Amino acid sequence: MKKKRSSTFYLLMAPVLLWLILLIVIPHLDMFFRSFRFESDNGAMVFSLNNYLSFFEDQIYWLTFVKTALYSIGVTFLAFVVTFPVAFYLTKVVAKKYSSFMVLLLLIPIWIGELVTIYGWMILLSDNGVINNFLVGVGLIDSPIVMLYTNFSMTIGLLYMSMLFMIIPMMSALESLDDSLIEAASDLGASKWTIFRQIIIPYTTPGIASGGIIVFMLVIGDYVAPNILGGKSSLWFTEQIYNKFLATFNWNEGAAFGFLLLMLSSGIIWLALRLTGQKLEKVGS
Amino acid sequence: MIRTLPCSPLYINGYRLYILLFYVFLIMPLVTICVLAFNDSNFIALPWNGFSTDWFFANTNERLGLFKDTDLMLSVWTSLKTGFCVALLSTIVGTIAALLFEEEQFRLKGLLYFLALAPLVIPGVVLGISILLSSTYAGMYMEDHFGLSFEFLGPSFWLVVIGQFSFGATYVMLLVGARLKKFDRVLEEAALSLRATKLEVIRLITIPFLKPAILGAFVVAFLISFSNFNTTIFLVGSDPTLPVDLYSRIKFSSTPVLNAVSFMIVGFISFAAMISFVMNRNKK
Repeated sequence: MKKKRSSTFYLLMAPVLLWLILLIVIPHLDMFFRSFRFESDNGAMVFSLNNYLSFFEDQIYWLTFVKTALYSIGVTFLAFVVTFPVAFYLTKVVAKKYSSFMVLLLLIPIWIGELVTIYGWMILLSDNGVINNFLVGVGLIDSPIVMLYTNFSMTIGLLYMSMLFMIIPMMSALESLDDSLIEAASDLGASKWTIFRQIIIPYTTPGIASGGIIVFMLVIGDYVAPNILGGKSSLWFTEQIYNKFLATFNWNEGAAFGFLLLMLSSGIIWLALRLTGQKLEKVGS
Repeated sequence: MIRTLPCSPLYINGYRLYILLFYVFLIMPLVTICVLAFNDSNFIALPWNGFSTDWFFANTNERLGLFKDTDLMLSVWTSLKTGFCVALLSTIVGTIAALLFEEEQFRLKGLLYFLALAPLVIPGVVLGISILLSSTYAGMYMEDHFGLSFEFLGPSFWLVVIGQFSFGATYVMLLVGARLKKFDRVLEEAALSLRATKLEVIRLITIPFLKPAILGAFVVAFLISFSNFNTTIFLVGSDPTLPVDLYSRIKFSSTPVLNAVSFMIVGFISFAAMISFVMNRNKK
């Protein structure tokens, strides 16, 4: 297929190439090479694996890394469990005249932005916050329980800021599911659980996969929720990267950590795509 | 189970209760902030001490309201400027990318499309540090070899714009691309057979068709920029954006002025959402 390109083609190509090469390819290659640079005893920059060695030698780093990975998978699963019934309700159960307004309500927290909503949770969960005051007022507990700066508050924050991104792809998958399939199964005597497992879940797998990938990515790369709601005991790997860059100014080691995070997130996403038979191109749409 | 099938009242009421609880969970933090923005207190949380608008308008030793806090107003202004620049750049390049990937066939198209989607699966923190690393390196290189110093290559307003643009363009590309898939190619072919040039076709036929999607994508890019923290924090210079400013206040000096700012954001977004909802309904 050899034909002469019109000038329009190059006019379209140039800005896109500039964007992708200057802002995506070069920075990540640079980060990769930087992660092998190490300042030797005489102050010269040499090639070395020391940045990665320090990751494995210092227990806190790889423990945080493993914890971040496991928690991200856990929160993604939790987001699915919490939001799937909502997505199903909005597409299949509620009267159509209400559904568009209810969907709009789901979008508002997304547009407000993570920082404000996480701050709201900080006020809700603090020792003299709304939830503790309510529980003491009702008489369920005698004195405030510590909820803020724990793994619990961090999980709530991560779930809240990410779960809404899962509903929308699941809803678009459910919308294309023909109701008559469910009706037919029901007529033939299938139980709700059977319908759910054998019709609804297989049919919505693409939506679940793309939603899950978005949620996982947002959670594993998040800094705000672990840092504001998580406190000292619940470290997140992004916080280690942040410290390397903005506290100890060890950029080369930070680059190594950044590269490890990138490998971790893309590795797990790749695995999820393989397991569900999806393509990245479809996640975008 | 679905609209057309009857089911037991226990099931449907239980389901409704769950949905209700979900929505309570969803709006609880927003309502809390909005109410506490008017609390007559020097602390961000409870107890409730009565109604006051001090945290919007006061200017005393103890309380500095939102509209009197010049630092805060400055960071709002920075965020608005950043959002506008990012939205403009992302809309232009994202739309071009959508046209390129939908209309043209070329070698390595799959690879380039993969790269254009990559910002969706690269954690924001990683995007931030990689752009910081390479731009400061480029800045040092320019200074050492050519004696030129470019301010935008170090942490600064323009580096934030560049960083946010790097993923903003992806979202624009997807939004505009989705609309472009519904475009009737016959219109283009008709224009081409009437001797319009390719560029004229894009300018006079394709772009007008895409206009609603492009405007929508502009708003989306603006909002993404306005609320971004994870990438911005690594690139920000001496003039913080609103999320960066809010973050440092939450960490180091939280006063209820935070509630007041949050109230303004929540109010504005909700208002805008309602407007778009009513307008959409009237269109139908």
